Order: sequence, then structure tokens, then C-alpha cells
Amino acid sequence: MTKVTLTVNGRSMSGQAEGRTLLSSFLREELGLTGTHVGCDTSQCGACVVHMDGQAVKSCTVLAQDVDGASVTTIEGMANADGSLGTIQQAFQDHHGLQCGFCTPGMVMASAALLAENPKPTEAEVRHYLEGNICRCTGYHNIVKAVMAASGQDAGGAVAAE
Amino acid sequence: MPKDGGIGASTKRREDVRFLTGNGRYTDDINLRGQAHAYFLRSQVAHGKINGIDTAAAEAMDGVIRVFTAKDFEGVGGMPCGWQITDKHGQPMQEPKHPILAEGKVRHVGDPVAVVIAETLEQARDAAEAIELDIEDLPAVVDMKAALAEGAPKVHDDLTSNLCYDWGFVEENKAAVEDAFAKAAHVTTLELVNQRLVANPMEPRVAVGDYDPWNDNSTLYTTSQNPHVIRLLMGAFVLGIPEHKLRVVAPDVGGGFGTKIFHYAEEAFCTFAARQLKRPVKWTSSRSEAFISDAHGRDHVTKIQLALDDANNFTAIRTETYANMGAYLSTFAPSVPTWLHGTLMAGNYRTPLIYVNVKAVFTNTVPVDAYRGAGRPEATFQLERVIDKAARELGVDPVELRRQNFIKADQFPYATPVAVEYDTGNYDATMDKMLEISDYAGFAARAEESKKRGKLRGFGIAHYIEACGIAPSNLVGQLGARAGLYESATVRVNATGSISIYTGSHSHGQGHETTFAQVVAEMIGIDAGQVEINHGDTANTPMGMGTYGSRSLAVGGSALVKATNKVINKAKKIAAHLLEASEADIELADGKFTVAGTDKSVDWAGVTLAAYVPHNYPLESMEPGLEETAFYDPSNFTYPSGAYGCEVEVDPETGEVEILAFTAADDFGNVVNPMIVEGQVHGGIAQGIGQALLERCVYDEDGQLVSGSYMDYAMPRADDLPNYTVDHSCVTPCTHNPLGVKGCGEAGAIGSPPAVINAVIDALQRGGHSHVTHIDMPASPSRVWAAMNAQ
Ligand code: FES
Ligand code: FES
Repeated sequence: MTKVTLTVNGRSMSGQAEGRTLLSSFLREELGLTGTHVGCDTSQCGACVVHMDGQAVKSCTVLAQDVDGASVTTIEGMANADGSLGTIQQAFQDHHGLQCGFCTPGMVMASAALLAENPKPTEAEVRHYLEGNICRCTGYHNIVKAVMAASGQDAGGAVAAE
Repeated sequence: MPKDGGIGASTKRREDVRFLTGNGRYTDDINLRGQAHAYFLRSQVAHGKINGIDTAAAEAMDGVIRVFTAKDFEGVGGMPCGWQITDKHGQPMQEPKHPILAEGKVRHVGDPVAVVIAETLEQARDAAEAIELDIEDLPAVVDMKAALAEGAPKVHDDLTSNLCYDWGFVEENKAAVEDAFAKAAHVTTLELVNQRLVANPMEPRVAVGDYDPWNDNSTLYTTSQNPHVIRLLMGAFVLGIPEHKLRVVAPDVGGGFGTKIFHYAEEAFCTFAARQLKRPVKWTSSRSEAFISDAHGRDHVTKIQLALDDANNFTAIRTETYANMGAYLSTFAPSVPTWLHGTLMAGNYRTPLIYVNVKAVFTNTVPVDAYRGAGRPEATFQLERVIDKAARELGVDPVELRRQNFIKADQFPYATPVAVEYDTGNYDATMDKMLEISDYAGFAARAEESKKRGKLRGFGIAHYIEACGIAPSNLVGQLGARAGLYESATVRVNATGSISIYTGSHSHGQGHETTFAQVVAEMIGIDAGQVEINHGDTANTPMGMGTYGSRSLAVGGSALVKATNKVINKAKKIAAHLLEASEADIELADGKFTVAGTDKSVDWAGVTLAAYVPHNYPLESMEPGLEETAFYDPSNFTYPSGAYGCEVEVDPETGEVEILAFTAADDFGNVVNPMIVEGQVHGGIAQGIGQALLERCVYDEDGQLVSGSYMDYAMPRADDLPNYTVDHSCVTPCTHNPLGVKGCGEAGAIGSPPAVINAVIDALQRGGHSHVTHIDMPASPSRVWAAMNAQ
């Protein structure tokens, strides 16, 4: 066991990790941040995406001991300071971009990374970028709409009422 | 315009806020004080004799608390099957024992053999590697027809063969069906495979068992679609724990699609082990483990024949299906290829004579059970494919052949020859709507344009019928169900007027917390924010059957309406007392009780307060309080239907299929939240397209699962799928439930596979490959290319 200290969502946090402990389980089990989900064991589903030093990573592919000193943002850190939903989160709600919510943290984190890189993506670019995130519920249609809307582009289709 | 927050409004989902901020509470997020971890050691061979299990070394390892094997379960019941099928000779199906841990033999890759409980998961996993298994390989049966051959290895030695049942439906019609075929002007025959799929909800299954020895109370937290069903099956049939000592909680559940209906060995195990060890025991499935332990779906091999007269009227259908049960009977497995499949074989058509034969077969594979649609996609696929094939053979338009044989709008209620009575529908309307919004009329020009680019364009049509909200209980009991199929709701009105609802229904993505509140808010005329929906905990919800088969709103919503009406009736009596008027004169509108024709009124909160602070209250004739429970047992299924159109382009060089447009025109009856309904259709279509083009669960001949992870099992991803155009403006309300609703959860997965395959065949036929009359799913580039190039 080694002590790992890192900044998570702007706060310094530390915990114990074995050599084989993955960042995903370190966040969930050791730091109690269960918003990051684990949907597979082959790095295919993207439910575990977080930002590490500004980059989107699948946290199941990173060893906890290797992130000592890093700055990590998880889904728990995506709301506005007043607790209201951030732009991407709000767009997911407005466009019904989630059903069971299990893929959602990874989808939001991946979408945020996309829009940071490419603020006005085309729909095809959104679909291509989200290829590493599997959603079994939505058929992606409304996720794509939500990301387009979050980028300030016309999402088309129905928008939820208040 | 619907009232904001009421029925018909696309109200935003309130549950989204917690999911979007990482505050959902899924089962794996639950960690109890003193919790130990379970790791299941599973068979790596498909079929083998267990000669010995040596756990000594594992037990001596760091952190290991105990190792369990089958011998620890002597005297404990096996996993029960919830549906008994009677075969065509009147005999009960063969029902093998399904132990919690393998006894004597292993019967599929993934069959659990031993469980290590340790302080940490890593310790449990490490110790499992030290268990010495002496398993002698036996020949495995994987292919269903081979499993039924003389002398085939038997999955269960104590059964007479690998045949679970041979079912005929309707057996009495068989001779008449044969006769109709003998007289037919034309017979179209199609042999097809409805391939095995893995449901793959994104949240893997999890079970946490807890035990309080001081009160002898057991609690199971589990990823279930129906916690009460799990409590009943596990308590009564497996562990012998009475319901009042057993609580089952299914908190936020990350998708189900059928595979989380069933009672699984891991649930019983964790509950049992927690009692033995007197500490919480947690198991979390890995995805690889899910592939070999979650019940799979579909896996039918079918031959269907359609008989037509010389005017192209359908005169008879006969179909013969082999249905894979896997190694054991999962909870509702026997009902899927029979009552959920045979009863749908009339589709939307007036075919007068139908005979369905199903042979259910045991093989050395993971058990197969309901997956989104369950039996209905299998029925719809064969029917809509054979009709398309018939249209081509006869040289008639597939739209017209369907229309000619549709049950017409003025023929409802319509009794089919396969034992169901459709209450409402208007198939011409949904067909017209789909053709309109997909611009079917403009297809020929688009096909020309594709041709110029060297691509083959095709348009595929499917029209489906679904039976949702399976019911009524007394009928399904006669058909072999070992459960009731009602739903329940408790409406607890609080003193200041807010309302706590407890439903037996369960949401694992469907949005009940929003839609059920919309229903109650509309009925009383209060703000939906005043209504809270609770579900998923047997400790506070009335006995209910949970969510599957698109039943939540049609059955659970009906229970909710019934209970709310009871509340309203009592509230009116209280209002009459307060207003010194006759009860018959009290009207409820917009959250206010008014004496008809006067301006005398009392608002909702005034009445609810009087109910709980009964100072001015008719105590002599009425109890205080305002809380009602209702159980609703439907009198019939509901019958959603719809027309699906799929437009594809096939690349003749590579065989690759691209979906250019997908259009769904559904009749779901009345709709409570259009946004959520559309989302359900999107998700269903995505799974149907996944089946049609991508997904396939593959075993090799030794029973090894070849597609055991997301590296090998092709889950549909964002850039595999199109946008969908969905419409639900064709409405024929259900006549036998109070909301007039039909259910929308499975439609997409039922209607889309035949639409896609019909489109692919259409593209190839138009492209001159007239020899290609069928391609089995998934229509992968290699299969399409091979079909085009086979001559
Ligand atoms: S859990 Fe990390 S990619 Fe699936
Ligand atoms: S919302 Fe359920 S997996 Fe995406």
C-alpha cells in the first residue's frame, strides 16, 4: 500500500492504493466518489471517464499510484459553484440524453473534453468522438443532440418543458 | 396544450439531477460497515464432471474468511423456475434442478463452482486461484439440433433427453392448418436464425447481502427490475426466509432490458452467506463475468411458412422453432418462446389459421431468458420477413400485401386464432404515417441517386404488434405462470398536501419518478413537484411485480390511478363535510374542491390537513388520515403497434450497410410524457439495429464463449447508429385501462430488426442480386458480401 495524494475537483485528497489499484476503484472505494462508474474490464465502455490534468482519460486504464500529484476532475466536480447543473449537464437533462444514468458520468466528461477541444463540432464529429463511450439506453440520438445544444448549435427536435 | 407537469407534457426528468452530478445511488455504491467480498470461481469448461474441489490452500490465505462449495448448500433449495409449460401431449416440461453452486457437474462456461469470501476483493480473487478444481471434461452440446439427436450427451443426466418441451399451439388447429397449406395457391418458406444476444445493461449486476442477527432480519441490495419477485422467489423457494424477515432493495439500477428480472444465484448466495458469517457480503460482477452469468436473449432457429390464396390473402401460417434454454431454466425462460411468441404470430393480419411448434432445448451454454421484447421480436421478425419474401415471390408491393391482409380499423376488437383479442389499433394509419414521414414516395429518386454513386439503396418495411402488460393473473396462471401479474400503488397524502407514492413498479431508466408524478398531479390538479415517487424497496412499497414487458404505465400506472381515485373519493367526503354540502355536489379541479354551482370551496391542503388534524371531521362515519392502496390486475394485454421504415445503402464493394434514415410511427395509445416515450423508442431501435447489423453471441463447438467481452461482442456505438424519426401521433387508446395507455418500452426492439433486414434485401434485389432472399442477423459486411457473391 502506498499513500496517493492528488487534487480532486479542486480539493486535495489522499488515500491508500496497492500497485494494481486502478484510478477508477481508487476514486470509488478509497475516496468515496461513486459518480465515476465501471462498466467493463476491457477499457471499452467509457463509463469511467474523468479528466486528468485537463485530459479525458478512462480511469480504469490508469494506476492510482501513477496519479500522485495530479489534478483530477470527476462528474462530482462538473456542476456550477452554486450547485446548479453545468451547461453540458443541463443540456443532457433538457434533451433527455440519459435514461438509467449509468453511462452518463462518462458521457458528460467525454463531451466536456470534446467541447474544450472543438467548441463547435459537427454531429458526425460528436458521434465519432463518443465512440469510446457505450450507452445501452438512449440509442445516442439524444446524447448527440445534447452535446450539439451544449455547444450552442441548434439541436433540433423536442426540448423538455420545465 | 397539456398542463405543465401534467399528462401530455414533456416534463424534464427530476431523476436526472442526481444522475448528472454523480449522485445516483447504484447498488455498487453501497458499502456496509464490516462488509466482506465474494468472488465466484466459475467453470472454464462447458461440460464436466466435478471429481473434487480442494479449498484448503485458499482457506489458508490472507484475509480469507470462508470458501463455499455446493456441499454448504445441502438442504437449501435450488433456483426456481417461474413458468411451467405443458407440452403438446399434455405433459409438464422437463425441469432440472438448478443449484446455487454447481453440484456434481458443471454445465456451462461460467457455472459457479465455489465462492471465496475475504476481507478484500483482491484477497478473494487471489485465493480463488489457489482452489484446486478436479473437473473431468465431458463432451458438450451447443447446437440445438445436435443436442436432440439420438445419443447426444445429456446436459442433465436425470432427464430423459435434452428436450425441455415440445409445444404445439394451437394443437387443435394443426389439422386445419395442414389442410390450408394443401389448398394454398402459393406457399412462401423461410428458414432463419434469431441469434443469441447479450442484454448488456451498462451497470453490471451487484448483490450485497446483510444480516441483523439480533432481529433475524436479512436484507439484500440488488440490481433488480422487480425486488418483490426476488423476495418471494428467494425467500420462499431458495432460502426459506419468510417475507417479514427479508427485505430486498433495488436502488438506482443502471438498465435492465429483461436480464435483471430474473432471480440469480449470486443474490441468494450473498443473502445466505451474510447469514452464515453474520456480516455483510458484497459481490460485484465484472463485465467478463456478466457475459457468462447474465441470462442471454433470443437464440431461436425457425422455419416459417405462409400460405396464400390466389388473391394473395393470407390463409395460414405454420412455424417451427428450436429455442435454446441454455444449461438451466432461468426464471421465466420457458414462457418466452411459447406464450410470449406464439400468441403474437398473427401480427397485424387476418390470417385465420396458425400453428406454432416450439422445441425448447437444453445445451451447455448460459441460460437464455427474456431480453427486450422477449418472444415478440422473434415472432415479428419471422412474420415480417416471410411477408416480404412472399411479396417478392408474387411480384406485389410489400406495402400493399400487408395492407390487403391488415386487420382493419373497424374490425376491433379482433380475436386472433392464437388466443388473444386485440382491443384497438389502426394499422393503415400507422403505415400511412410512416410512409409519409419517411418520404417513401421519393425513394425511387433517391435510389437512382445512390446508384450513380455506385451504391445500392433499399427501403425496408415492418409492421409490428406487441402484447404488453401481460395479464390477467388468472389466465396466466392457467398458462403455467407461477406468479401473479398485477401491480400495486400506495398513495400517502401528507398533512400539508404533499403526496408520497409507493409503487411496486421499478424504474431503471424509464423515468417513473417523473411520469408517475405527472399522472397524480394531473388527477388532483396540483404541482407535480408536490408528488414524490418511491420504488424499489420491499420494506415500504406494496407487493408488486416490478417492471418488464412494457408494463409500468399500463399496469403500474393503472394501480396508481385506482389508488389516487380512492384518495380523491375520500377527500371529496371530507370536503363535503367542511363545506357543509352533499358529497355528490363536490367537484375537484385545479387542486380545489368546490360545491357545484357556487363559489364555496376548500383547497387541497385544507382537506388534507383536516384529514390529519380531524378537529372538524365526521369521525363517527369516517377514519382520519388520507392514504390508500390499490392493486390492479389487467383484464387483457395492451396492444401497441406501429410501422417502421428503414432506408439503407449497401456498398457493393465491401458489403457494408449504412442506415441512412430510420422512421417509426407507433400507436402507443395515450402518452403521458412524449419526450420519455421518444427516448424509449430510440433506445429500442438502437438495440434492434444492434441485433440486425452488429451483435452476436458466439459459442464454439466446445461451448467456449467466443464473444465474451466488448472486444468481441459488437455493442452499437454512437457512430454506428443514425438519428431516428419517431412519431406517436396515431392514437387508438387502450380500452381497458384508465389512462388508455399501451406501453412503449420494447416496441423499438421489436419492429426494427425486420425493417433493417428487409431494407438490406431490398437493396440487394434492386442491385440485381435477385438470388439473395435472406441474410441472417447480424448482416455484417462479410455476410452481406458473401450473400451477394454466392452464385
Ligand atoms: S470501465 Fe473504463 S472503459 Fe469501461
Ligand atoms: S443512460 Fe443507461 S447506459 Fe446510457
